[in-house]
Amino acid sequence: MAPWNPSRHSGSGSQPAEAAGAVIDTLRLTAEAAAGLLERGEVSGDELAGAFLAAIEARDPELHAYLHVEGERGEGVPIAHKDVITTKGIPTTAGSRILEGYTPVFDSTVAARCKAAGLPILGKTNLDEFAMGSSTENSAFGPTRNPWDPERVPGGSSGGSAAAVAGGLAPWALGTDTGGSVKQPASLCGVVGLRPTYGTVSRYGIVAFASSLDQVGPLTKTVRDNAGLYALIAGKDPCDSTTVELPAPVVVPEGTDLNGVRIGVPKEMNEAEGIDPGVSERVNEAIRLAEELGAEIEETSLPRSVDYGLACYYLVAPAEASSNLARYDGVRYGHRAEVDGDLTALYSRTRREGFGAEPKRRILLGTYALSAGYYDAYYGQAQKVRTVIAQEHAAAFERFDVLVSPTSPTVAFKIGEKAENPLAMYLSDVLTIPSNMAGLPGLSLPCGLAEGLPVGLQLIGPQFSENTLFRVGHALEQAIGFDYVPERLR
Amino acid sequence: MTWEAVVGLEIHVQLKTRTKMFCRCENVWGEEPNTRTCPVCLAHPGTLPVPNRTAIEWAVKLGLALDCEIAERSLFHRKNYFYPDLPKGYQISQYDVPLASGGRFVVPGPDGDREIGIVRAHLEEDAAKTVHVGGAAGRIHGAEASLVDFNRGGTPLVEIVAEPDVRSGEEARRFLQLLRQTVVELGISDAEMEKGSLRCDANVSVRQAGEEGYRTKTELKNMNSFKFVADGITAEVERQIGIYEAGGKVVQQTLHFDPQKGTIAPLRSKEEAHDYRYFPEPDLVAIEPPTELVDRARAEVSELPGARIRRLEQEVDFDLAYGLVTSGRDALYARVPGDDRRAVANVLMNQLAAADVDPAKVNGEELGKLIEARETIPRQALLDALAASSDAGFSADRYLSETTVSDASALDPVIDGILAANPGQVEAYRGGKEGLLGFFVGQVMKETQGKADPRAVNERLREKLGA
Repeated sequence: MAPWNPSRHSGSGSQPAEAAGAVIDTLRLTAEAAAGLLERGEVSGDELAGAFLAAIEARDPELHAYLHVEGERGEGVPIAHKDVITTKGIPTTAGSRILEGYTPVFDSTVAARCKAAGLPILGKTNLDEFAMGSSTENSAFGPTRNPWDPERVPGGSSGGSAAAVAGGLAPWALGTDTGGSVKQPASLCGVVGLRPTYGTVSRYGIVAFASSLDQVGPLTKTVRDNAGLYALIAGKDPCDSTTVELPAPVVVPEGTDLNGVRIGVPKEMNEAEGIDPGVSERVNEAIRLAEELGAEIEETSLPRSVDYGLACYYLVAPAEASSNLARYDGVRYGHRAEVDGDLTALYSRTRREGFGAEPKRRILLGTYALSAGYYDAYYGQAQKVRTVIAQEHAAAFERFDVLVSPTSPTVAFKIGEKAENPLAMYLSDVLTIPSNMAGLPGLSLPCGLAEGLPVGLQLIGPQFSENTLFRVGHALEQAIGFDYVPERLR
Repeated sequence: MTWEAVVGLEIHVQLKTRTKMFCRCENVWGEEPNTRTCPVCLAHPGTLPVPNRTAIEWAVKLGLALDCEIAERSLFHRKNYFYPDLPKGYQISQYDVPLASGGRFVVPGPDGDREIGIVRAHLEEDAAKTVHVGGAAGRIHGAEASLVDFNRGGTPLVEIVAEPDVRSGEEARRFLQLLRQTVVELGISDAEMEKGSLRCDANVSVRQAGEEGYRTKTELKNMNSFKFVADGITAEVERQIGIYEAGGKVVQQTLHFDPQKGTIAPLRSKEEAHDYRYFPEPDLVAIEPPTELVDRARAEVSELPGARIRRLEQEVDFDLAYGLVTSGRDALYARVPGDDRRAVANVLMNQLAAADVDPAKVNGEELGKLIEARETIPRQALLDALAASSDAGFSADRYLSETTVSDASALDPVIDGILAANPGQVEAYRGGKEGLLGFFVGQVMKETQGKADPRAVNERLREKLGA
């Protein structure tokens, strides 16, 4: 059967009558179901977007998932974009004061593809400043709250997108993932998040954090929605030299068995210190379910990837960030400090006022790692370790189709709990970073609750294995039967 | 003591590709400021570079002309520093794996060939242009305001780094002129120093003849003509020798050449010290020029100017050969028949150059006839003919039919009229001021529009004035 087409919509979107009475439950409505409503003319594009805007009006004052509500109307399934995704004529701040008031004059490739498919933009979602963080607390414009428990973080950095989908404020959303910024918030908010293979989705128009790691990925309620949105945004882009043509078309998954699928369970990623017992239980149950569905399960090991992944990441990513953030100098756009005459003062005051603590910390780290006399020991060495990590993963994928682990070692933590301890915050991404360093795709899907909060299961595959991840993810999703509507909102 | 100059040149060549290095903006000179820009070359958030294929091909061509090895795989790096003319906060350049390396460039001179080693030639993007308003000599220090024109930002540049093999300012000038001629002939750059499409910095030190190793060097910047390059280096070499002979030490510094005064002054040290934090540009993949591309480029590199000078030197002298080749007139020279090769070269380098005609459009056969007959036709007729020699369908015959006026019956009425009109001068001449003869000759030539035969005029004038 052909995959459902996310850009398909009714030719008569403003058709009224029978649609008028339809009740749209934005908390439960999947993008696929929404597309069905539009196609059958049961609701109009206006009504659909209107329902989500009403939900935003009702619940976003509490959740603060959006930095900007645009409220476009159109005939497709509306979407929310993380605020690092450049949108022509719509403010794009990257969650930073330094870009406050900046309105792009062009569309990012992913935004253009969504636009071409007829998806109206609901708004721009909150994030950690320049996508640097794991809780969305680093936003210059205040934190986003987790729809499952407003006292807790939604994860990050794509916390606004994850909370918008989980809280019924968007049928689906785009985020970006550098060290786990799609997978981890998906996990903490109980939604599905894909970090695609590096090079499959264009970065053109994505406010850069760490260029060799950044990838755009969909956050959705279901795996099928995720595949639908990925199909729409993926593929070679002449504006991004690092993109490639997909080796095979995206297949929206249907089957519920896992016959013949070889699943590896890396012990370091499942037995690591700091993994909540509740998280381990849910993940182990999911692994047992996979076995019941026909998968072959075997323990494996990724010792160096787990030992060195995080350290390696915190050299490579800040180094690239220190260079990528140099353009925010107050000369051409964004914030400019009031200074009289002195160029150095213009730079230092603009950047001191414009950047928050986390970007400053990473610019300093990265500048140091690239400095004369330190390059070989830090950045150069990290690149070598990165090769080792890629090789270790490649070796594992000679034996396995998929590797599994928790996405995050913990469920959503309290707002403020780790804000003063950057290192504890960095450990939030310890399980998502290794495969990211290797450029590999990863899918996080909810696999149950621990302490009443969602637990995410991470599926990792070799390069370009998105279709496998969707197939395995969909089969498990059906078997697990997770209810993605937060309990307190049901 | 004999001192020897040690000069290493760094040359930047702007490529005249249709579009910029990493975006599709038009690559043109002299347009309204900030009208050739886009989000990419203004470094708007999220924009990414896409390399210009033609620029890569042309850089390969230039690398081959410099006898370099072309790397099968080379990398772009980011060179990080803050300046308003660098919108990304880094320049995309190449670092440890350049596109071309290990070449040589032969520079012929009056005393034989000099081979200048080429360390490397790499691709990069140009910075924008900063104009400092209200300060002294266009420097940032003391300026009231700085304006940036991003039209130039992102222009493809090839940076060529030569070995410290150049031994004088004059040799540096020749190296540069031949390099310029080479890139112009390759069709990849206008290479005009005045416009900045060819730029040259020089690392200068001196040492005693026979001395091994190098002494402290200084870097000379801002020499925007061939003459300034020669003058600047010569002045700096003399300065350094003076310091050593006075028992002093040369300090490593960057020096700014002032073309108005012809002097060199140090740049503020603050403008120097940089740690560029190079690292591989993650937004770009490696440059891997296919073998076919390199082979095709190699086939397009023809005989280099230096070799042609050596060949022509057999027919004319070095200076004429050098002049013909570096002015791009040697192709016409080859098309012009005639046994007196020096005469052909001289006319091409002098009268024809003064007539400002495009040598490429001149019919060599017709020009050969003119040069052959140059002594029998009136001077003005020759100049008119040369000026018209690039016109379509030009024929020398019309001009060849004109002859000089040497007949006394034609000259006498003119001469009589001039003598009658200038009685004072006639009297002075007869009183002993014989230098006035030239005045009378000039008047006759003017009256006859250059058609009079000077020898006959002289003869008739002496006769009449002597009477």
